[in-house]
Amino acid sequence: MSAAVEKVQAQFPDEIVEIYEFRGDTTIIIKPEKIVEICTLLRDDRETSFRYLSSVAAVDYLPASPRFAVVYHLYSHRYKNRVALKAFLEDDAYPSIHSVVPVWSAANWHERECYDLMGIQFRGHPDLRRILTPAECEAYFPLRKEIPVRGL
Amino acid sequence: MGLEEHLGNNVLTTTLEKLVDWGRKNSLWPCTFGLACCAIEMIVTAANRFDIARFGMEAFRASPRQADLMIVAGTVTKKMVPAVVRIYEQMTEPKWVIAMGACASSGGIFDSYAVVQGIDLYLPVDVYVPGCPPRPEGLLYGILKLHEQILKDPFLTKQYRERVQARQEAA
Amino acid sequence: MNGAQTMSQTETMVLNLGPQHPSTHGVLRVVVELEGELIVKADPDIGYLHRGIEKMCEFRTYHQCLPLTDRIDYLAGSANNLGFVLAVEKLLGVEVPKRCQYIRVMIAELTRISSHLFWLGTHGHDLGAMTPLFYAFREREKLMDLFEMVWGGRLFPCYFRIGGLAADLPEGFTDQVWEFVETFPKKIEDYENLLTYNRIWIARTKGVGVMTPDEVLDWGWSGPMARGSGVDWDLRRDNPYSRYEDFDFVVPLGSNGDTYDRYLVRMEEMRQSNRIVRQVLENLPAGDINVADPRVALPPKERVYNNIEALINHFLIIEEGIIPPVGEVYQAIEAPKGELGFYIASDGTGHPLRVKIRAPSFANLAALGKLAKGRLLADLIALIGTMDIVLADVDR
Repeated sequence: MSAAVEKVQAQFPDEIVEIYEFRGDTTIIIKPEKIVEICTLLRDDRETSFRYLSSVAAVDYLPASPRFAVVYHLYSHRYKNRVALKAFLEDDAYPSIHSVVPVWSAANWHERECYDLMGIQFRGHPDLRRILTPAECEAYFPLRKEIPVRGL
Repeated sequence: MGLEEHLGNNVLTTTLEKLVDWGRKNSLWPCTFGLACCAIEMIVTAANRFDIARFGMEAFRASPRQADLMIVAGTVTKKMVPAVVRIYEQMTEPKWVIAMGACASSGGIFDSYAVVQGIDLYLPVDVYVPGCPPRPEGLLYGILKLHEQILKDPFLTKQYRERVQARQEAA
Repeated sequence: MNGAQTMSQTETMVLNLGPQHPSTHGVLRVVVELEGELIVKADPDIGYLHRGIEKMCEFRTYHQCLPLTDRIDYLAGSANNLGFVLAVEKLLGVEVPKRCQYIRVMIAELTRISSHLFWLGTHGHDLGAMTPLFYAFREREKLMDLFEMVWGGRLFPCYFRIGGLAADLPEGFTDQVWEFVETFPKKIEDYENLLTYNRIWIARTKGVGVMTPDEVLDWGWSGPMARGSGVDWDLRRDNPYSRYEDFDFVVPLGSNGDTYDRYLVRMEEMRQSNRIVRQVLENLPAGDINVADPRVALPPKERVYNNIEALINHFLIIEEGIIPPVGEVYQAIEAPKGELGFYIASDGTGHPLRVKIRAPSFANLAALGKLAKGRLLADLIALIGTMDIVLADVDR
């Protein structure tokens, strides 16, 4: 939504990598460093008011590099619109980003799932541990592209 | 299985065995073991239209100590297997297992890193009921087949215990 | 007795609830730390039904993902199908004909009624009221008969296809649905007579599991869970899809945010769904059910047999599947449990790059630890019931 885009452009112009619209959805690709500040802005500013986090998804773009991206889908009840924030993580071997649990408590379990399935480390998460996969998957992260569907 | 072991194998006890087996099959109490979608059809089988109570089975016991049939209804994941096996071991003899649905029989459509490809890798299964999910009538047919088995052969559980032991030794 | 002090120490007891337990709706394990009957800490442990659906979707064509989506929330198979199909159609940029959209609305609302009936039966059963279960299942069986008329199975439809429907409605279906719609409101009254003013029901549900509207937004609650706290939000009305804007319905709201209010919200939702189905039946247009785009939907059989181009299109769709453009979309619908969202990333091939399922029960269950603190153990059962979780939805 353009209000969100304007706010982020005004306050964090250096953090934006790209903005695009596809089929009516707005995605703002940002650098991962200031994710908590950007999310706090989008939640607290009255003209954007994204007080609800729909989901946190991790995507693996192997063989492209940077390989991992974390996508946050936000919804505003006041304006009934959505925006997607996408952050590509620099380190392919040890992908990490700061946790947004301080902004929305809903992020707790969503981030645990991203860690469990894709191996993304969320710095500052209160309780980062496996949530879905069995103990047999201890050694690997099942949703990564190099893992076959039957696991290792 | 106390009765048969105490009385031995002679003509008088054959009739007694038949009576005991008739009693057993007429009041099989299932252990609530609904895991996934098949559990819905199992619950519906116990509800008004399909009424499993006509077979004496409406008493779904939560405690495995009080149950003699385990209907594994749903996908068994690798995380769930220790719980399934433990519940099975806690059940008292004689006990039977029905693998309800495609997932319990062979993994179903879920051939992935987290799903066990059939509960018969860990437990001795007496009846497999195919379907995704099987219709309640299908489950009832499987149960009736199990009734026939119980009437025919009283030493079912001992045979199956030997069979699963052989399988575990082979594995 | 002569001034000697005896130190009495109390310890909390850790109780493991599940994963096999009569009251949990599926394989949920809650590790509860108790002080007497009061819960000090409740930590849900999930993953006992994690089947790897998202991973499996990456190895299938978009059509082949549809049966997997059925099994996400197994009580409302059509709702999951609808979400996925709408997401893929958004990715493709196609819009289906009006008749198809109306039929989708009708099936989705009947599915909502079916899901809420099951919730009513099991929630009541958990709290000791066995009778509503049998009443609710009686109506649910009628719905299963209706569903069987349309797609041949009871639980798992896979009836909505990308670009339309699998087939048109059978003859006589709308008459049967009319019969259902006419008799259903009286049945809801039956359920309410059993529970709504029942002292035991009120004692067990009033004041249990209160969430303020701010907490609801913070914890990502949606659907009846959010509306029970007074958050006026329904994706069918606020971000309409599949022509929901053509229909007239009321979004019920609770005021206290407790289990009792959520129960009232769901009962009223069943009535409103009935109202929507009635409106669909009154205004169902004639017409095509599949979009006319040959890259997306199978051409009609007569053309396939007579026209070489249609035959080629038929083959291409079956062999390669649909090929959407490179891009990513997120589509959320109002499923019976809440906001069901599909985030699909496409890399321009026939297989999706990533399918992320935003499951409502997963987000709703996350707050269980917070809600259960300080309550009695029996309230934990009421909380699990009111969340209306389906473990396949939580774990995928």
